[in-house]
Amino acid sequence: MPTVSMKVNGQSVSHDVADNTLLVTFLRETLGLTGTHIGCDTSQCGACVIHVNGASVKSCTMLAAQANGADVTTIEGIANGDELHPMQQAFHENHGLQCGFCTPGMIMSAIELVETNKNLSEQDIREGLEGNICRCTGYHNIVKSVQDAAQKMGG
Amino acid sequence: MPEGIAEGIGASVRRKEDRKFITGRGRYTDDINRAGQLHAFFVRSDVAHAKIKSVDIKKAAAMDGVAAVYTGQDIADDGVGGLICGWVVPNRDGSATHEPPHPILAKDKVRYVGDHVAMVVADSLATAQAAAELVNVTYETLPAVVDLASAATAAEIHDGMANNTYFDWELGDEAATADAFSKAKHVVSATLRNNRLIPNAVEPRAAVAEYDHIADSYVLHSTTQNPHLLRLVICAFVLNIPESKMQIVAPDVGGGFGSKIYLYAEEACCTWAAKKLRRPIKWTADRTQAFLSDAHGRDHINKVQMALDDNNKIIGLRVDTLANLGGYLSAFAVVTPTYLHGTLLSGCYAIPAIYTNVKGMATTTAPVDAYRGAGRPEATFLLERMMNIAAAEIGMDPAEFRRINFIPKDAFPYQTAVALQYDIGDYEAPLDRALEMIDYKGFESRRAEAAKRGKYRGIGLSSYIEACGIAPSAVVGALGGRVGLYESAVVRVDPTGTVSVFTGAHSHGQGHDTTFAQIVADKLGIPLANVEIVHGDTNRIPFGMGTYGSRSLAVGGTAISKAVDKVIEKGKIIAAHMLEAADSDMEFKDGKFAVAGTDKEKSFGEIALSAYVPHNFPHDRLEPGLEETAFYDPLNFTYPSGTHIAEVEIDPATGVVTLVDWACCDDFGNLINPMIVEGQVHGGIAQGVGQALLENAHYDENGQLLTASYMDYCMPRADNFPSLQVDYTVTACTHNDLGVKGCGEAGAIASPPALINAVVDALSPLGVTDMTMPASPEKVWRAIQNAQTKAAE
Ligand code: FES
Ligand code: FES
Repeated sequence: MPTVSMKVNGQSVSHDVADNTLLVTFLRETLGLTGTHIGCDTSQCGACVIHVNGASVKSCTMLAAQANGADVTTIEGIANGDELHPMQQAFHENHGLQCGFCTPGMIMSAIELVETNKNLSEQDIREGLEGNICRCTGYHNIVKSVQDAAQKMGG
Repeated sequence: MPEGIAEGIGASVRRKEDRKFITGRGRYTDDINRAGQLHAFFVRSDVAHAKIKSVDIKKAAAMDGVAAVYTGQDIADDGVGGLICGWVVPNRDGSATHEPPHPILAKDKVRYVGDHVAMVVADSLATAQAAAELVNVTYETLPAVVDLASAATAAEIHDGMANNTYFDWELGDEAATADAFSKAKHVVSATLRNNRLIPNAVEPRAAVAEYDHIADSYVLHSTTQNPHLLRLVICAFVLNIPESKMQIVAPDVGGGFGSKIYLYAEEACCTWAAKKLRRPIKWTADRTQAFLSDAHGRDHINKVQMALDDNNKIIGLRVDTLANLGGYLSAFAVVTPTYLHGTLLSGCYAIPAIYTNVKGMATTTAPVDAYRGAGRPEATFLLERMMNIAAAEIGMDPAEFRRINFIPKDAFPYQTAVALQYDIGDYEAPLDRALEMIDYKGFESRRAEAAKRGKYRGIGLSSYIEACGIAPSAVVGALGGRVGLYESAVVRVDPTGTVSVFTGAHSHGQGHDTTFAQIVADKLGIPLANVEIVHGDTNRIPFGMGTYGSRSLAVGGTAISKAVDKVIEKGKIIAAHMLEAADSDMEFKDGKFAVAGTDKEKSFGEIALSAYVPHNFPHDRLEPGLEETAFYDPLNFTYPSGTHIAEVEIDPATGVVTLVDWACCDDFGNLINPMIVEGQVHGGIAQGVGQALLENAHYDENGQLLTASYMDYCMPRADNFPSLQVDYTVTACTHNDLGVKGCGEAGAIASPPALINAVVDALSPLGVTDMTMPASPEKVWRAIQNAQTKAAE
């Protein structure tokens, strides 16, 4: 079993894992970071989205070994202590979640969307979140949340 | 609500439960791991219909890391019971619903692709999955039965069940209905198809089963919507375990929509095997398994006839329905197309004579059961399509045609021709408001403007009613239900005045932690932060029925309200004793027990303390402590109603339907938390739009599910929607303390016909009169081509 080392939420980790271990499995099972979810087996739901070197990635499409040496951020790593990330705060303020299962992936996707695009229109946000499925909210309040956060993040 | 506290009833309080979810600290079943746990993987049938000739497990069992491989024979040898049906109906001829056995592992026959044949348990999921590949099942294949219309004459699926018919049920007065048709000026007929859906909660089903051989007891963590119901079924019918030895925990659950109501084979197998192996066993569905084996939804063929008199009033309705229930009867498969469907056929309209016949059919497809709305979306779809078809035939505006047929607001309580008595409603108010919100009057100019851009624009409405707040137990029992449908609550006041509420309802996205706490905080005049809601653990909560059928607030919330009332009553007696006043002089207001007309008072906290430190306490009349239980059994269903209006644009070049506007106005009675209600409406609309435009479960003629992944089953995504306009009117429910009706299913019930009506309206200039769901680009494009070819001929 090869050793995989990376930085996860600012901490260096190093573990022996089987070659075929997915990054999402490594996070959930090896590191116990269960905030990243698994909602499908065809890389289409987005429940598993995290950031790898600052870019949003579906962690079910990547092997743990491919993230060797990378800087990984999960939903557990975006708040600053007790202070929520503006995107987290916006989801709370705008009722952007119901069952919460899609939420971590949705928030991680939305953060990258806002950080890499200025002046997002409603349609840009809807298209930007096309890779994340939510069955509960009808997306209405998710879009509102992202608009709200974009303003606060200076997007 | 005490002045200054903006967190009581009616306030859009931000949710208490959010923080754990937005920080990744939710705890779902698959997040749970136990020391020494094994992993289960199920061998599933890859054929739709076959006799099992043999199951060879030798190679799999010999694989390194495999703890056991179990087959249907092992289950049968152990005397394990099958899955049960929770509600049956009488047949027209007086005989009973046919309830074929539904073993948790198939032994003799498989009846759908995905049926459970063997269970492999191993020290890792990868090993269990690899070993499952080595299980060799030989089948003698039988003809698949897929087509609903011809199922009755197809190969027999269950031994001795004639015509593949589970039941053949009727409701209403057939003779009176025939009479109405004989007098009709117009008769409008249509055959409508309600497409099959797969629920797709984003969290797949999962279970972690543990057995303690010293205590001879079990703990099952499950993604269920109703832990006590699950416990009752698994203990009493399947595994024969004393209920007191079984703890069921539904931790955070990632959406349900009905699909997580029922006990499924997998969790029963894991629990059974946990005892056999004396090791915790974990199972989590992947999405493919979810598609194959979660109970599906809808799937009806409805033949509908509507009779109108000279004044365009509906005088009769006849509906003959075939409901596809799949290879086995799921727990609430029978009630969904019957008492949750046939009883809703009057809709918002005064229809004097209605008759319906429903045949519940077996096919070799996955079991079909309640999915968001459960029976009521199917009823609403056929009725609201008929309203538009009839309006078009008589040349009347669809909104006006609805209006003249509405039950007038002074006609309540209104007894329908199909058993229900609506307590209250005002259907014109939400219709008018929704018409105004979408600017109905201005539509034709928008249509003309779109036409200039080469687009077909259409508008469609749907005025719905639903029966929810499920349900009065006596009624349910009389109609064949095998459960009661009350709800329970314990309100426990702590010595320091904080409150814990234990509810039998279950939250899997509905926001109970907040809404329920608002009710308690409001009634007791205490801060919301002082109220904790506990749900989802049979060892902590009172016996409760769980969450489905938009029942949590109307039934569960009322139980909480009643338990709080008991706390207040007891508090008054304690306060009267302490203040040396008569009980009858005590008032409770703004968190204070006061002697009426004086300034003598005790705060809620003081009374709580003296209930637990009872030094000065009416011991002759009361026991110490401040904890009350209430079980609330509703007196009637509740009847939310409203109008939803969709506006679409169709690109003739591609057939793509774009939803450009949505306006709805619902009457849910009083609102506790409008923000949460609005979220429920949005989510319901999205599921209905999914049904009408995108989603479809498709089996090929061999019974293979062709739509078993997100690549083939089209889920609604953010870019399928415009911003949604939502508003409310209020007629308060007359028979519960809170005046609430429930809101969870309304959107999914109302929206599909609104959308299809809009699509048909858009294409009506071409002469198109119908469109089946989903209105996919291909179908719409073909409809346009056909219409244009016809016009050219
Ligand atoms: S788990 Fe669905 S996209 Fe990764
Ligand atoms: S909040 Fe439940 S899936 Fe999005």
